Amino acid sequence: MTALMEELNARARQLGVPFNVHLDVTYRCNERCVHCYLDHDDHGEMALDEIKALLDQLANAGVFFLTLSGGEVLMRMDFFDILRHARKLMFNVKVKTNAFMIREKEADLFRELGVQTVQISIYSHRAEVHDAITKLPGSLRRSVAAIRLLKSRGLNVTMANVLMRQNLNDYAGVKALAGELGVQVMTDPTITPKMDGDRSVLSMGLRSTQLDNVFRDAELVGNVDEFCAPPQPADDAVLDGIPCSAGHSYCYISPYGDVYPCVQFPLPCGNVRKQEFLDIWRQSRQLNEVRSIRARDLPTCSSCSHVGSCTRCPGLAYMEGNMRGPSSLDCEKSSARTGIPSANMIAKALHSPSQDAMNSTLVPMPGLNLVQITTLT
Amino acid sequence: MKNCYVARSPMVAARELGGDMVIMTAVNSNLFTLNEVASLIWKSADGATPLREIVEERICAEFDVDPELALADAEQLVKELLERGLVVVADRPVGSELKP
Repeated sequence: MTALMEELNARARQLGVPFNVHLDVTYRCNERCVHCYLDHDDHGEMALDEIKALLDQLANAGVFFLTLSGGEVLMRMDFFDILRHARKLMFNVKVKTNAFMIREKEADLFRELGVQTVQISIYSHRAEVHDAITKLPGSLRRSVAAIRLLKSRGLNVTMANVLMRQNLNDYAGVKALAGELGVQVMTDPTITPKMDGDRSVLSMGLRSTQLDNVFRDAELVGNVDEFCAPPQPADDAVLDGIPCSAGHSYCYISPYGDVYPCVQFPLPCGNVRKQEFLDIWRQSRQLNEVRSIRARDLPTCSSCSHVGSCTRCPGLAYMEGNMRGPSSLDCEKSSARTGIPSANMIAKALHSPSQDAMNSTLVPMPGLNLVQITTLT
Repeated sequence: MKNCYVARSPMVAARELGGDMVIMTAVNSNLFTLNEVASLIWKSADGATPLREIVEERICAEFDVDPELALADAEQLVKELLERGLVVVADRPVGSELKP
């Protein structure tokens, strides 16, 4: 992030401006990705007029960055009407799509309407792997063809490469494919629970040993020593800091008009069908509670050695039962990255009745083997 | 340039934040901010109002500034905005918005 962008985000937070909003226009999708957290049935998504009115409100509220996503956005026949209205209001629009339905005409429209970025999910460079994840035959071929069309029109395209057990060995191939296509790729080993709380999809996430290897691949993380360095002691700036932008300068709106702090934070804060967006943004008790949390308020994480560098997601913590609690998925990442177990992992291991005899091995120190801890917990 | 028409480029994103205008180009994602006076010119750049009129009726009406000096500054600003692809300039009225 550039210094100017950081400054603008800080200013938005200071002013209480929702600078960045993610709007899912539908949960319907033509793919059925094995790890997806959504229910793809339509339970009453907002009509075009409702979305246009919402976009008017978002523009008036000061939203600059608008992510339009789903589901698959192009499942809506009126998607380009939504996009056209959004661009008329001068939002900086990022579209997340699987690109299966992007042909010449759609690519032309993305360009004509001045979309900032098109983000496309690619799971593998091999059709048999990608298509097995999306459960849509031909999806890799179509998505890659769409990337070529978009690039030929000068659009900014990024690939989103979610890593899971099914495609763990393919991220280097995806990176090579991205290089060939001239697009950036973002690799993310985060699998999230379903919106309804079902955590079964987490079984597809990488094992600790696999994360360990991923985080030590210089091709992926750059400087491994820097990326995997032990955490620095937290100072007051860290402890007084906010966990992330959720609820501060960012929020998520579902196709049904529900407002949440983040797409990964299913805490209902209001509904734009019943209230003005700005009233929800400013007055929601839930959003104000999220905003009030500082790192030093976190009962376990404030004393964790990783507090200053952990990617702790308050939404994932909420889905575990407590928005002020640890996010175990992020504990695993911090631990895999540095080899040092988190305070949460140590506490869990210490309180595991069957592991009393092994407590003596649970001293948090650099280099402690992650596998031991995972086994203990 | 004094009597030119200036329109915001339809290929940028823009929003006011705390009195300043934040602008990003779609083509290369360059990010800019405009101060309060420049923001006012930006917002007034509807493609239908000549630059001189914008300066006289918006800038000079709100700020205690010499009209000729303000116009010279506005011309310089428009030139810089044009170089960065943020505006379209023409000698006749020009559309500034995407067609609804």
